[in-house]
Amino acid sequence: MPTIKIDGKEMEVPAGITILQACEMAGIEVPRFCYHERLSIAGNCRMCLVEVKPGPPKPQASCALPVADKQEIFTNTPMVTKARNGVMEFLLINHPLDCPICDQGGECDLQDQAMAYGFDRSRYHENKRAVPDKELGPLVKTSMNRCIHCTRCIRFATEVAGVEQLGATGRGESMEVTTYVESALQTELAGNLVDLCPVGALTAKPYAFEARSWEMRKTESVDVFDALGANIRIDTRGGQVMRVLPRLNDDVNEEWIDDKSRHAIDGLRHQRLDRPYVRVKGKLAPATWDDAFAAIAAKLKPIDGKKVAAIVGDQCDAESMVAFKDLMAGLGSANIDCRQDGAKLDASSRGGYIFNAGVKGIDQADVILLVGTNPRVESPVLNARIRKRYLSGRCTIASVGPAADLTYPVERLGAGPATLRELADGKLGFAEKLKAAKNPLIIVGMGALTREDGAAVLALARSMAVVRDDWNGFAVLHTAASRVGALDLGLVPGEGGRDVAGILAGCGSKEIEVVYLLAADEIDTTKLGKAFVIYQGHHGDAGAHRADVILPGAAYTEKSGTYVNTEGRVQLGQRASYPPGDAREDWAILRALSERLEKPLPYDTIDQVRARLVAVNKVFAALDQQAPGAWGSFGTAGTTNDAPFVSTVANFYMTDPISRASKTMAECMASRSQLMAAE
Amino acid sequence: MLADKDRIFTNLYGAHDWRLEGARKRGAWDNTKAILDKGIDWIIDEMKKSGLRGRGGAGFPTGLKWSFMPKEVKDRPHYLVVNADESEPGTCKDRDILRHDPHLLVEGCLVAGFAMRAHAAYIYVRGEFYNEAQNLIEAVKEARAAGLLGDNACGSGYKFEVYVHRGAGAYICGEETALLESLEGKKGMPRLKPPFPAGSGLYGCPSTVNNVESIAVAPTILRRGAPWFAGLGRPNNTGTKLFCISGHVNKPCNVEEEMGIPLKELIEKHAGGVRGGWDNLLAIIPGGASVPLIPKDVCDTMLMDFDSLKNVGTGLGTAAVIVMDKSTDIVKAIARLSYFYKHESCGQCTPCREGTGWMWRVMERMVTGDARIEEIDSLQDVTKQVEGHTICALGDAAAWPIQGLIKHFRPEMERRIRARTEKLAAE
Repeated sequence: MPTIKIDGKEMEVPAGITILQACEMAGIEVPRFCYHERLSIAGNCRMCLVEVKPGPPKPQASCALPVADKQEIFTNTPMVTKARNGVMEFLLINHPLDCPICDQGGECDLQDQAMAYGFDRSRYHENKRAVPDKELGPLVKTSMNRCIHCTRCIRFATEVAGVEQLGATGRGESMEVTTYVESALQTELAGNLVDLCPVGALTAKPYAFEARSWEMRKTESVDVFDALGANIRIDTRGGQVMRVLPRLNDDVNEEWIDDKSRHAIDGLRHQRLDRPYVRVKGKLAPATWDDAFAAIAAKLKPIDGKKVAAIVGDQCDAESMVAFKDLMAGLGSANIDCRQDGAKLDASSRGGYIFNAGVKGIDQADVILLVGTNPRVESPVLNARIRKRYLSGRCTIASVGPAADLTYPVERLGAGPATLRELADGKLGFAEKLKAAKNPLIIVGMGALTREDGAAVLALARSMAVVRDDWNGFAVLHTAASRVGALDLGLVPGEGGRDVAGILAGCGSKEIEVVYLLAADEIDTTKLGKAFVIYQGHHGDAGAHRADVILPGAAYTEKSGTYVNTEGRVQLGQRASYPPGDAREDWAILRALSERLEKPLPYDTIDQVRARLVAVNKVFAALDQQAPGAWGSFGTAGTTNDAPFVSTVANFYMTDPISRASKTMAECMASRSQLMAAE
Repeated sequence: MLADKDRIFTNLYGAHDWRLEGARKRGAWDNTKAILDKGIDWIIDEMKKSGLRGRGGAGFPTGLKWSFMPKEVKDRPHYLVVNADESEPGTCKDRDILRHDPHLLVEGCLVAGFAMRAHAAYIYVRGEFYNEAQNLIEAVKEARAAGLLGDNACGSGYKFEVYVHRGAGAYICGEETALLESLEGKKGMPRLKPPFPAGSGLYGCPSTVNNVESIAVAPTILRRGAPWFAGLGRPNNTGTKLFCISGHVNKPCNVEEEMGIPLKELIEKHAGGVRGGWDNLLAIIPGGASVPLIPKDVCDTMLMDFDSLKNVGTGLGTAAVIVMDKSTDIVKAIARLSYFYKHESCGQCTPCREGTGWMWRVMERMVTGDARIEEIDSLQDVTKQVEGHTICALGDAAAWPIQGLIKHFRPEMERRIRARTEKLAAE
């Protein structure tokens, strides 16, 4: 380990780090614009200059210079200060003085650093440069006069998002960051450009002129639009969710979130269920909680629990799900299922339904096989992680499933289960690679499991031998944020119970008379037949349209809830705002209803519900940790059919009630389909 | 004055045949195998002893540069890259080598490449040099057909190929790392150093980038011996050098001369003297547009080599002597150079991108005197903020001519400002 001296303070630092990183370790802040931990080093802003001895008699860019033994670094000499002042002056001469109307105001690196290195008046008497704004699609608003050419956006698009559509044209002061063809970036991660831009050149279009950063209350939460469980920060003002930003978590999402997680939030303002409804003479009529509960009680009390069924939605929190399960048990119904898509997962063996290797495991994998999944639309941030693994080299990636541009090269072995079987039998060359690999990873998507032969496919995938002494490379990539939590809590049919297909069939044959949908909108509601449908949820979507009684619940931003991501990591999201109107938190609705049904649930506070969670499954005891899954037997060996695997996410921008209600997502979709049509 | 027997570029003016046959008559490709047979260590040692300093402008010892290449070839091949992107205003020496003596360069590539354990050399030719590149390509073809290059270059058993690549006309691609980027097919923007090309250069492989002249003189040095070359010129500034004399002289020319030749002698002997006589001289830019100018009183006794010019605050650069007589609008001349640097800045790093435009605009106002006296100081300050703060040396090159102007011609700048102020006041 090299020993260096920073501002006279001697310290030992790990070899290979840069001077800027060493300074950070020493607690010395070095100003920077172009440097970003997760992007390649550009060294072009020249703000991080420091003086280094031994070295040339001029300041050096600390972001790009590796530490060396016996180096002396100075960060506060007159030479350094003068150089930084100079760079700041250069950045400001062509930067517009429009901070009062700039959305970056208050959280702008340039603004902040100008406080330290700027001067209070200008020596620049020429005209400022004018740069035409660029069209980057419905999410990123540009104001290119403000651009300081740090190229973070270009590097992000090229390296992380894997779309080489952003670049710089022109030379010298005529250099412009642009797509050249003036079209939206074809990436699901475009929103991150806005976070990366150190100035106000790239701002969020849907959020333009909506709020100032200092007016908002910041709440830490967890994303529910896919099963990755990205860590987010929800900014609210006066009870309204203004924006969603990523929160740093190296184990999960690093510091990225996808565009749906970030921008579907305007869907929270539309199509909301803000009061109970009861269907009267075929029409839904507003009602009070009392009326709604009375209508449910009247229907439920006389009938046998076996005629009652329950389906859980994809974005539910664990608290409401455990209450739901307990309520159904109280009613004597075993007809409960969380697998709206009909995935043939079984809840008995945790290792069989989680992403055992963990998202971080992707970084270590040397051979990756994608089975029936298109991670780019099912979890764009996870896909970016795979791309990162690809970029770091020596990793073979193959797929059995839909052909798709995943932003990294993938060897497509085949389309369906037949290829998988050949692979399991060792008939394909790739099987050898999988066997020889140190850390092989099989990512099984819902596209492979939501089929008739899903259980057989699952068994095939299990037989692929990707488990080592210190490594479990069997990974299920879920698409529903609630799924792993639901399986952990056992929200699957009990003894003699029906699964989703069985419930819908039962509705047709009138063996099921009441169906309780907990924010479940992804089922075919036409198959509910003449059943009495209770819908508890937050959006007027498919389920609510068919419902006979609607109980207005809370969306993920409006309740404190526990979610288990696809890796089996238990995470807690805090409440950022309140449900609209008469809507209430879901577990509390279930608790109140149970009282009316004279089967009271044994908990009155959220803490008691959480204690119940731990009692049901002890994985809920430890937050933010990935509890390893038991590696039992799962899947059922059997015949498979030849139909190719198809990703279950047909349209990334509209996968759930919130994104379907979002105007922004509709715009994204239109923009994307326009591009597709143009191609 | 350099004796004819000591000339390396014997066909500088294209009076003779540039092809292989003619080049051989002049001594090129004469038993190159013998040089290679003496081994890598001998070649590098001889180059070091000759005292040859890089002819591209920075004057870094060539033998030392070659010795930075890894001592053995590991998993990555080594490359020699020749910088023939000669774009420095006032400079036209490499051009004449390319079109009139290309075989000196091709042979130099083999010798230098061999010393670097490279099996391939890339010559990056300035885009505008179309005809020159054609001659060079022809020379490579001839050498290959004659077995001087190829799988068994000159019968030495060493495999060596030379590839010619034409640039697209950007000045910045003459910067060695920008050249590598451009050669790789990317936008010509300088890379951060470290890593240096000898560690990670072309396609991430160990590479050395040399100027055309540095490579072209190598075979002759090795053939005639280091003591011969070191005996020419002055200590630490040895050998011969191509000077490009342009501007207000009676006979602008390219000429090979000994290092350390007095500037006055160089101009009067070879370029027919300054237009209107030596006393009509105003100033000289001694090393291409990038170096600060020197006024006549400094020129009187100036010796043309790296160290002498460095001592008076300028540099030998590419030895492109730009002569300006008293008819020159010196401020306008430097303003034009500022425009050049503004136009050629790659735009990558802040001080150069923003600073070159700023400096040029102020310079344009200085031409007419449309400024305040204090702005000269602030201009000087801006040049200091650009200099040394950029990724590559273009920032320095943009700053130095202005610094030279302010240092030597500040009274003239002030005069113009005052004249304009007075004129405006009178109106």
